[in-house]
Amino acid sequence: MITTYLFYFLSFLAIMFALMVVFSKNPVHSVLYLVLTFFTIAGHYVLLNAQFLAAVHIIVYAGAIMVLFLFVIMLLNLNKETEPHKSVWLKASAAVASGLLLVVLVGSLKSAETIVATNAFDPNIGLIENLGKVLFSEFLLPFEVSSVLLLVAMVGAVMLGKRSIK
Amino acid sequence: MIKLVWLVPLLPLIGFLIIGLFGKKLSKGLVSIIGCGSILAAFAISLGIFFELIGQAEKSITIDLFSWISAGKLSIPFSFLIDPLSSLFLLIITGIGFLIHLYSTGYMSHDEGFSRFFAYLNLFIFFMLLLVLGSNYLIMFVGWEGVGLCSYLLIGFWFKNTAYNNAAKKAFVMNRIGDLGFLLGIILIYVTFGSIGYHDVFLIAKNFTSGNPALTAITLLLFVGAIGKSAQLPLYTWLPDAMAGPTPVSALIHAATMVTAGIYMIARSNILFTLAPLSMEIVAIVGVCTALFAATIGLAQNDIKKVLAYSTVSQLGFMFLALGVGAYTGAVFHVMTHAFFKALLFLGAGSVIHAMSGAQDIREMGGLKKYLPITQITFLLGTLAIVGFPGFSGFFSKDEILANAFEHNKLLWFFGILAAAMTTFYMFRLYFLTFTGNFRGTKHQLDHLHESPKSMTIPLMVLAGLSVVGGLVGIPAVLGGTHFLEEFLKPVFEDSSFRLIHHLSHETEYILMGVAVAVMAIALYYAHKIYVKNKTLPVAEGEELQPLHKLVYKKYFVDELYDNMITQPLNFISNALHKVVDNQLVDGIVNGIGTSVNWTSSKIRLVQTGNIGFYIFVMVISIVLILFTSMM
Amino acid sequence: MSAIQTVPLNWYLLLSTVLFTIGVLGVLFRRNAIIIFMSIELMLNAVNLLLVAFSSYLSDAKGQVFVFFIMAVAAAEVAVGLAILMMVYRNTKSSDINILNKLKW
Repeated sequence: MITTYLFYFLSFLAIMFALMVVFSKNPVHSVLYLVLTFFTIAGHYVLLNAQFLAAVHIIVYAGAIMVLFLFVIMLLNLNKETEPHKSVWLKASAAVASGLLLVVLVGSLKSAETIVATNAFDPNIGLIENLGKVLFSEFLLPFEVSSVLLLVAMVGAVMLGKRSIK
Repeated sequence: MIKLVWLVPLLPLIGFLIIGLFGKKLSKGLVSIIGCGSILAAFAISLGIFFELIGQAEKSITIDLFSWISAGKLSIPFSFLIDPLSSLFLLIITGIGFLIHLYSTGYMSHDEGFSRFFAYLNLFIFFMLLLVLGSNYLIMFVGWEGVGLCSYLLIGFWFKNTAYNNAAKKAFVMNRIGDLGFLLGIILIYVTFGSIGYHDVFLIAKNFTSGNPALTAITLLLFVGAIGKSAQLPLYTWLPDAMAGPTPVSALIHAATMVTAGIYMIARSNILFTLAPLSMEIVAIVGVCTALFAATIGLAQNDIKKVLAYSTVSQLGFMFLALGVGAYTGAVFHVMTHAFFKALLFLGAGSVIHAMSGAQDIREMGGLKKYLPITQITFLLGTLAIVGFPGFSGFFSKDEILANAFEHNKLLWFFGILAAAMTTFYMFRLYFLTFTGNFRGTKHQLDHLHESPKSMTIPLMVLAGLSVVGGLVGIPAVLGGTHFLEEFLKPVFEDSSFRLIHHLSHETEYILMGVAVAVMAIALYYAHKIYVKNKTLPVAEGEELQPLHKLVYKKYFVDELYDNMITQPLNFISNALHKVVDNQLVDGIVNGIGTSVNWTSSKIRLVQTGNIGFYIFVMVISIVLILFTSMM
Repeated sequence: MSAIQTVPLNWYLLLSTVLFTIGVLGVLFRRNAIIIFMSIELMLNAVNLLLVAFSSYLSDAKGQVFVFFIMAVAAAEVAVGLAILMMVYRNTKSSDINILNKLKW
């Protein structure tokens, strides 16, 4: 089954790039690895028949957000390996803690009840027409409110970015 | 007209709301018009109710307004009861109330609290009307508390004076002692009868045997309430102090209306009292003791309003004597005539004080006849009425009380007549010292002497007229009258009438009247001899008094006795509790908790290092723990 | 042909969990504020993936709509967050979060 293999391949890439994000010394590399991780996630979306979402994902995350990150890093001149090192103990404890979290999460997933899909499988669910109908009927108010949120965030960012506030 | 009864208390309430809320913005003229007008309208309706009631056969009408309290089996409607007793009180309250409102427009005209005064006065009228109109004990209690509140507000009307405030507090606290008794009485009525509506209670009470202990307990508790409100022994000391308020207040609240609430309450519950002979005895004894006791104090007072105050206490004692011997009609009759002449006397005294620029000591007065002719004549008429000069209103009502007391117990009669003699003496002492002889005040006061304005003299004249002819509604049969009042009130008291069999012969009544008149004449003669012929003056302040005189002048040291017996020990205990229990124990516990929390948190706060990495680490560990425990 | 018909839902759960944990590891492991921020984005995306997987599995479009909203919130968060980081860097000349330890007793 090609989709199954694709799933394994994309999952492997996603996890590997995600780890590279964390362990890269250079922040610029981290950003680039994160972009790659997002591409693999977009691939997963396509596999899940969420084509429109995959496109939006690439545009918003890889296109806008990550560019913003890159911008900030370059603006602050952080591309050198300037980061002071944490002590070994702290690193070990961080690894142990996240390892514990993984174990516990997986354990709780194992013990969770599996749900059974009640609806018949509908491959058209992720199409733009379908999503648009739901978004502009049932979720119209949250949609409009989120536009206000973005406006507020924009104003906030501009205010924070000003050099001095009289 | 009877259907409109709800308007009677509503109008003063509206007046109160308008004046109370917008008084500062209204002109004095408008405040006067609203204040007096609302009472006048209420009086007109009361008059209509009164005549309609005379004209019709049905004498007890209940007007349901709305359901007030409804909880479980307890259901108390807000309804008014119209019967001869309440309609008579309506007339007294609104009528006298209107005259005193009118008088106040002149008396208070220079006071900065003009609108506040009228707001309080209207509120008082509202509560007083509620008290007499209610068809159950709870509405009466609401009115009862309300008039107590207004009394407090008006005694302390000039609140910048500490002594006045203390007088107001004293009145309030002493009233509360009585109110507690009244409240307990109401609760006991509910427990005994399962209702507090007059109609239901009296209907059930009729079937009780005389001397039933429950009835005795109820009536004694109610009487405790009456003692507080109507200033009887031993709770009378607030009334003389209450004279701190403006004089119209003393006339309206502390002479004509509020203090008679106790009499109204007992008259209203006459069936309960009639069936509790022990309580009746106690009422009569307390009444006659108060009458005598207050009269002796009145003999030696030098403050014009204090004399009238003790006189009021004494007259209230007479009313309770009447109630105690079962002469309910006599008591109500005396309430009415007393309202006329005592309001007149107080207003006359107010007129004198007004002319004297606020001085109240009769030693500084004298010879005011020349300067205040109208006040002098009306005051004289009022004095003649209170001492029971034949033909004046006080004569008939007092005579009826004394005749009934004689029939009940000769000793009660004797003390009553003694008190009446003293009343004559001190009232004429007051009159002679104030209006005859030469002026003893300062030059400044002499220049300032003037007759009061029309708004003050007209109420005086109206009240004087009523004091003279007011007794005509109750001319006893022995003098050829029909005693209209007794006929009118018969439906209210008919259930108690088995105790009121008149078996005094006409000869005896004639003799009693003769004795009363003779005693009055002798007292009058002595007062005239001492204060007019010999021109004796009361001893000036600071001079040594004879022991007996001093005892009476200092009011038997009752205030000091209460202070030493009750107030000081209470203060001592409170102080001790404050120092030991509150400061040491309670504060110790509270402060201890505070200190320990403070100490612990000063240690624990060090965990907050400010290191974000550490916070996140702790957060992750906590999430792990939570998930782990939820998995288990 | 959709992956959800051939790959069990549990695999997606596992993948999301692993990505999420890597995000947590990044937050704990690094001191550079920007890297920490990026790790947070990674965690958000792990959740997004899970939502899409459930949406597909249950054939319910609401899950994907939710992802839209999360993206909107994430965009707002990044804008404000990066602005704050700029200010911090401007004032401290460092992007080390351990400098920001004033928030204590």
